[in-house]
Formats: sequence, structure tokens, C-alpha cells
Amino acid sequence: MKPPRRRAIFLAPRPYRRRRLRDAARLLPVLGVFFFVLPALWSPAGQGLRRLSEDVIYFFTVWALLIGIAAVFARGLSARDPEGDPEGDPEDEGEAEDD
Amino acid sequence: MPFNLLVLSCLVYVIGLFVVAFLVERQARAGRLRWLRSPLVYTLSLSIYCTAWTFYGAVGYAARSGLEFVTIYLGPTLVFVGWWWVLRKLVRIGRQLRITSIADLISSRFGKSNLLGVIVTVMAVVAVTPYVALQLQSVVLAFGVFAELAPGEDGPFATGQTAAWVAAGLALFTILFGTRNLDAREQHHGIVAAIAVEAVVKLVALVAVGIFVVWGLAGGIGPMLERIDASVLQGWQMQPGRWTALLALSAAAVLSLPRMFQVMVVENSDERQLARASWAFPAYLFTMSLFIVPIAVLGLERMPPGSNPDMFVLTLPLSQGQGALAMLAFLGGFSSATSMVIVEAIALATMVSNHIVIPGWLRLRRPGAMSEDFRSLVLNARRISVALVMALGYGYYRISGGSSALATIGLISFVGVAQFLPAMLGGMFWRGATRVGAVAGLVTGFAIWAWALFLPSFGAGSVLPPSVLTDGPFGIGWLRPMALFGTEGMDPLVHALFWSLFLNAAGFFLGSIVTFPGPVERLQGVAFVNVFDGPVGPQRWAQGAAEPEALLIMAQRILGDEAAQALFEEAARAQGKERSFLPDPTPDFLAGLEERLSGSIGAATAHAMIAQLVGRETVSVEDLMQVARESAQILEYSARLENQQAELSRTATALREANAKLTLLSVQKDTFLSQISHELRTPMTSIRAFSEILAEGDLPPETVARSGRIIRDEAVRLTRLLDDLLDLSVLESGKVQLSVGVVNLRDLIDRAILASEQVNPEKPFVILRDSQAEDVFLRTDGDRLTQVLINLLSNARKYCEALAPELRITARVRAGRVRIDVADNGKGIPKVAQTVVFEKFSRLPGEVRASGAGLGLAICREIVTNLGGTIDYLPGQGGAAFRIVLPLRIGTGSA
Repeated sequence: MKPPRRRAIFLAPRPYRRRRLRDAARLLPVLGVFFFVLPALWSPAGQGLRRLSEDVIYFFTVWALLIGIAAVFARGLSARDPEGDPEGDPEDEGEAEDD
Repeated sequence: MPFNLLVLSCLVYVIGLFVVAFLVERQARAGRLRWLRSPLVYTLSLSIYCTAWTFYGAVGYAARSGLEFVTIYLGPTLVFVGWWWVLRKLVRIGRQLRITSIADLISSRFGKSNLLGVIVTVMAVVAVTPYVALQLQSVVLAFGVFAELAPGEDGPFATGQTAAWVAAGLALFTILFGTRNLDAREQHHGIVAAIAVEAVVKLVALVAVGIFVVWGLAGGIGPMLERIDASVLQGWQMQPGRWTALLALSAAAVLSLPRMFQVMVVENSDERQLARASWAFPAYLFTMSLFIVPIAVLGLERMPPGSNPDMFVLTLPLSQGQGALAMLAFLGGFSSATSMVIVEAIALATMVSNHIVIPGWLRLRRPGAMSEDFRSLVLNARRISVALVMALGYGYYRISGGSSALATIGLISFVGVAQFLPAMLGGMFWRGATRVGAVAGLVTGFAIWAWALFLPSFGAGSVLPPSVLTDGPFGIGWLRPMALFGTEGMDPLVHALFWSLFLNAAGFFLGSIVTFPGPVERLQGVAFVNVFDGPVGPQRWAQGAAEPEALLIMAQRILGDEAAQALFEEAARAQGKERSFLPDPTPDFLAGLEERLSGSIGAATAHAMIAQLVGRETVSVEDLMQVARESAQILEYSARLENQQAELSRTATALREANAKLTLLSVQKDTFLSQISHELRTPMTSIRAFSEILAEGDLPPETVARSGRIIRDEAVRLTRLLDDLLDLSVLESGKVQLSVGVVNLRDLIDRAILASEQVNPEKPFVILRDSQAEDVFLRTDGDRLTQVLINLLSNARKYCEALAPELRITARVRAGRVRIDVADNGKGIPKVAQTVVFEKFSRLPGEVRASGAGLGLAICREIVTNLGGTIDYLPGQGGAAFRIVLPLRIGTGSA
């Protein structure tokens, strides 16, 4: 018997931003997979169309960009804000399941 | 470079690490390790992902397979960049539930099952053995490179002997620092510090070689890119299947390698460390990988054909006469190998001792008999385990012959540890995962890995006969190790990865959905999946059976005397025991103790040890049901109490109201008594006075007549008063005789209006009525009803003080009853008087000129009641208003 938990339907701007930042952080690896697998669809290197050095530059550029974006995100994600919005937001974290 | 100098510098380097580890341990014990908890040190310690495989093998990998090597670092990058998905939860679970290893994680999740602990431990040891062998091989190769350049100094270079020496030396170092103490939570500060130093050394070394190659040999970035395009690597072709599989494989491995779990989860102390590492660790990998391709390209270009590309990092500087740089590179490679071996050995030793040695020992002993020093038993078990892991690695190196490329060996290990992934992720995110499912998945995956990848890796004929490889066991073609179920066209690695993980996940899922988890399993499932909701679960222990003293003795053996006593004392204080050191073995205390012990010896073992003392294996379903029943009873009981409480307060309210009414009535009665005595006394006084006058006689006849009239009037007043009282008592006693007949309500109202007009006849009343609605025939006592109406109308005439007085009479028939409202437009009856207005002797407060005795409305109520109806004061009508409700037909025979 759980007491019905009352939660506001709409969040204040700051917690709202934090939620969206988490969403973005979750999507970042998906973006990474996309760019890392994309070359598999290119024509094979070395057949005159592409050069190996371009592949090297491509991978390391994407890699560096991912690291940079992750660094920006990490700052916002690890910041604790005092006004509540505690760590476990059951809305998107807890796979509530009656068992 | 003299070979002896090389050995010497290795020794100096190891001693340096020794000193670092030793100093940090000492600082840690003094409580000064703030810097050690910094995210930077955490990130550097994560770099044990980059082993000798990376340092030497990546260049070899690039020389053989082009850019494919980069997948091994892109996979972990994706996992860390997406830390919000998995890593954050994993680290939180590890911290909250004091997980000591990946075997502990899986066994703990699935009901603290020791069977699972054993399975995972065995799998981990087997899967990681090639990886340890890889490190030994790389060090031996590196020594070999230097030995070849300086032949004859120390006689022929014996590779087997070198490997043995390296293995023994690493085992010694690990035992000295990895198994010194039995920390809660298995954190090893000295080791972590040493590894952070090694991380810096290998990064600097590889970058130094890279810079030398790009700017020293190739002549800058531009020429370097041209050389890359001109090299044989240009012919490299990306194989999409293998590429994707390797990305997934390395991502899985970074999560499930025992040593990565050790540094990532067990040694973690703060979530912010993880936030920083989410980009800093990928950045480290990025830097490590940056110069791999240039070194490989230049190596292929400059080194003689047939030289081992795995050693380009060393041989390239050496061939250019850069002895110092080669020395640095050698130390970097040495660092990579040693740090990996040390941490892997610690992680595996923890697993072996916690899940195999101690449970086995517990099983052999009789319950309660713990005479030996338990701590030294655990530590010795770990020391032996470290030695065992090293011995296995050395054994694999000797059997496989040390001939394969480093990367190939590493990938075999990766596929092996990736088998943990379904049980691990399933356990973290799916509450429906069960122990049977986990066992089924792990065993299936492990078997397929061993059959399709591990055993063939020893080479045809060494473990598996060649006929099995070509024709399958007993000639069953679809079980051929390299072409399971007829999939011949697949790359061997992708083939093994695909089938093992697919069937592993399938077994895990099917096993989970067809079985039912035990109670502890379900509790642990909630604790894992909903870890962000904070600690959960009811108490796992029943109170009473355990002796606190026995618990303390056990805890001292595991945690050490001081720590255990402090823990017990604190618990005793928390229970309110001021002077005792022994707390009561409450369920709370037992759960806390178990948690603390599990930090040292693993969840399953801690559970089993407490179970031995408490005297019961686990909480049974019956216990849980009992708990549920008890709480249901308590709920019911409190609901009953609540009901009683509500009833009591209702009664109290009623009593309070009654009391207020009684008090008011008593006041009224007092007022009435003085009133009635006055009422009775005034006529009596007049009668007495005038009768005395008459008694004197000899009076003029007018005076006699006047006196007689006054006496008669006063007597009539007295009679009327007494009549009223009599009438009321008759009505109240219920003995009244009703003369029931059919009457018309309009006639009755007409009569009442006429009769009441003699009261204050000078007041011009406007009477509002609806003759149509009044045309109702009633079967009732018409005279009595008229009496009531007269009384109400007279009261209105008496008390209504409006300037333009009005009387409103409305009648309405509803559901077999007639409703008659009589309302005036005066000031009405004050609220306080409304409740007592129908009581006997009640008069409006402050009413002085009333002529009645306050019996009128009381009589009305009695009459209406006798007629089977009700009369009530009707508030809110803009004046005094009364409502009479009567049945259209009075019940026959009713009185």
C-alpha cells in the first residue's frame, strides 16, 4: 500500500534544464556509435577514392569532439544543486514494477 | 645498451613503485589521502585498461589490420561518454551494497548465491589467464629485443626463464601490497597510487616515441600524412561486421573485466570522480592511440621485413640509435604490463578467496567453531590465489608458445569476460532476472567461448585434435568449433562472439522467465534495480538466536579487534546501552554487520557466516508471510482503534451539546419559576385584595360589580394557565383523545386566522396565502391542528415588530405528507433560543411583556407529535418561521 506521491506536473526551469541535460548525455553515446559505424558504409579505402590519412583524421576528429562534449556535459551533470531534485528521479530512473 | 643495465633499471623502477605504494599506504593510514581521492588519480588508475597490449600490441595490430585497432579504444569511449546509462548505476550499486568484485556483484544480485560466485570466479580466472600471459609475453619480447642487440654478455637469452622471473616478481609485489590488509570495501590506496604513477609513465613514453617518430623521423605532420597514404596500410579494408563486433566487444569488456571493475567500482569513492573520468579517460585513450598509426607506418617502412611489428615501439628508436628513448619506451611497456598484472591478480585473488576458499572452509568446519585467526586465513587464501593466477598465466604462455600476436590473445580474453555482460546488465536493469537464468546464461556462454575460441587458440593438435576442428566432434559437422551450426563464412572472432553472447543472453532470458526467484533474490533485485531509491528491503534476520559475544568474536577475526569493537560499541550506544559493549542482536544490527562484513569477504560469505551464528540459512517465504500477516494484524488493530476513537469523539460531541442544552434549560427554568410565581401571584393578589374589599360589605353596587368582574377575570387567567399546564401534561403522557375526521386545510387556516385576530387586533397584518394550494383534505384532528395554527399566528401577532407586518402561510403536499409553513417578517428567533424554543416554560431571552407562560410552542409540539407529524423552527426565512409536516392520513388507532 503506497501512499500516492504527489509530484508537480511541471518542473521549474533549472531542474528542467538538468533533466534535458541528462537526456542529452544519454544520447551522446548513440551519436558516437553513429559516427563510428558510419565509415563501414563508405567505399573501401585504398581504391583511389579515399586515402587512409583522411580516415585517421576523421576518426580522431569525431573522437575529440565526443570528448569535448562529454567534458561540457560532465560539469553540469555532476553539479549538485541544493534545491532538491534529488539524484534518483523516479520518473526516468526507476523501473517501477510491482513484483 | 647493456642488458644488465636494463635489468637494473627495471629493478630500480620497481623499487620506486614500491616506495610510492609504501608512502601512500602510510599516509592513508594517517588519514591524509585527500589527493588520492581526486578525480585525476581515479582517471589515471582507470588507465590500466591500456596494458602491454596497447603499448606494444596496438602498433602491431595497426601494422596488421590498419585502423581496426582503434575500435578497442572507441568502445570504452562510448561507455564512458554514456556514463549516465550504465556506469553511474554500476558505481552506485557497488558503493551502496559494498560490492567487492564482479563475482560478488553477480552472486549478490541473484540472492547471494555462492554457486554463481564460484561460476563467475572460475570463468574470470580462465578468461583472464591468456591476458596475463600476454603481459608476460610482452615483457619477455621486450627483454628479447635488448638481449639480441647485446648478445653474449649474459649467455643466451632464456625466454622461459625470464617469464618465470617476471611472474614471480610481480606476484611478490602484488602479495606485498595487494594483500596487506583486509579493508572494508577492498580499497588499496598504495596500489592505486603506484598505478597512477605507472599510467603517467606509459603515457609519457608512448607520446615521446610518437613525437620522435612524427617530428624526428617523418619530418612533421604533413609529411607524416603523406607517408601514411603511401604505406602498405593504405590497402586496409574495413570489414563492417568485424568492426561493429569489436566496438561492442571492447565496450562490453571495459565493463566486465575484473581489473576494470576493481578500479572503476571498488576503488571509487565519489560520483564526481566518475563525472570527470567520463571525458578524461576517453581523452587518455585518445592520446595513447594518437601516435599508433605513425609508429606502425614508420616501423613498416624502416624496419627489415619479418621483424615483429608488436615491438616497433622499442625497435624503431633503437634502430635509430635513440637508446634513452628506447629505455623510456621499455619502462612504459613494463609499466603497462605490471600494473595490469597487479590489479588483475588482486581482483581475481579477492574473488577466489571470497567465493571459493572461504565458503569451502566454512563448509568443512562445524558451525560456530572458529578458533583460528580468520583474518590470516583470508589473507593467506588471497596470497595463494595471487600466486595461482600468475602460475596459470605463465602456464598459458608456455603452452601457447608465446607466438601469437598480442592483440589476438587479448581479444580471446575480451570475449571470455564479455560473457558476464548479460547477467550483469540484466541484473541491474531487470527485476525479473533470476539465479537460474544467470547460471544458464553464464554456463552456456562460457562453454561456447571455450569451444569456439579458447581451446582452438592453443593451436590445432595441442588440446583439440585437428579432426575435431575440421570435421567436428564425432564427425558432427554443425558442432565444428569454428563453424557452429554451419556458419562457415564468419570471421572466427565474430563467430565466437556472436554465438556465445547470443546463446548466453537467450539462456539468461529463458531461464529467468520460466523460474521463480527466491525471497532473498527478490529483495536483492529491488536493491539493485532501484538503487537510486535508497536502501530498501525489510530486515533479513530474525532477532534472538545469535549470541552477541559470538558475533563479536567472529567480527574481530574478520575486521580486526579494534574495528570490530568500535562497530559493536557504536551499535550498543545507538541502542541506548550506555555501558555495555555488546548490542542486542536486533535485525537492524545484524543487517548492518552483514553489510560491513561483506565489504571484506563478499556478500555470499558474510551471509553464510552470520547464518551459522544466527542459526538459520535464509529468510524463508513463510517468514515473509508471517511478517506480512503480523503487519496486517497491526493495521487492522489500528483501524479498529481509529474507529473507536471516532465513535468516542462523536459521543463526546453529543454529550457536550446535551450538556449545553441542559444548562440553558436550567437557566430558563429558573427564569420561568420566578415568572410563573409572578404570574400566579399577580391574579391571586388581585383576587385576595378584591375579595377582602367585598368581605367588608356595605359597598356601592358598582364597586361590587367591578370587584366581582376583576376577580372573575383573574380567576379565568389562572384557570387558563392551569388548563395549559394540564393540557400539556395530558399531551405528554400520550393519553390524549383525538377526534379524527376529514377536514379541509383551508377551512382550518381560515378559522385560525379569524381566531388569532383578537390578539393585538390593532396591528394591521398582511396575510399572504395561496388558497389553491391550501385546498387539501386531511384525515386528522381538525380542532387540535387549528389550536396549533392559532398558537403560531398569535405568536406572530404578539412578537412580530416589523413596521409593515406580514404573515406568509404556505402549504404543499409532498409524498403523502402536507407541509405547512408559517412565517412572519419580524426579527426572528435568535440562534441560541432556536434549540429550546419548543421546550416547556421557554421564553425568548429578555422578553418581558409576554403574556403567555411559555407553554404555547411546547403544547404545539406535543399536539403535532400526537398527530404523527413534526414541527420545527425554519431558519433563514427573514423572520420567525415554523414548519409543520403532517401525514395526509393519520394512522388509525395511533394516539
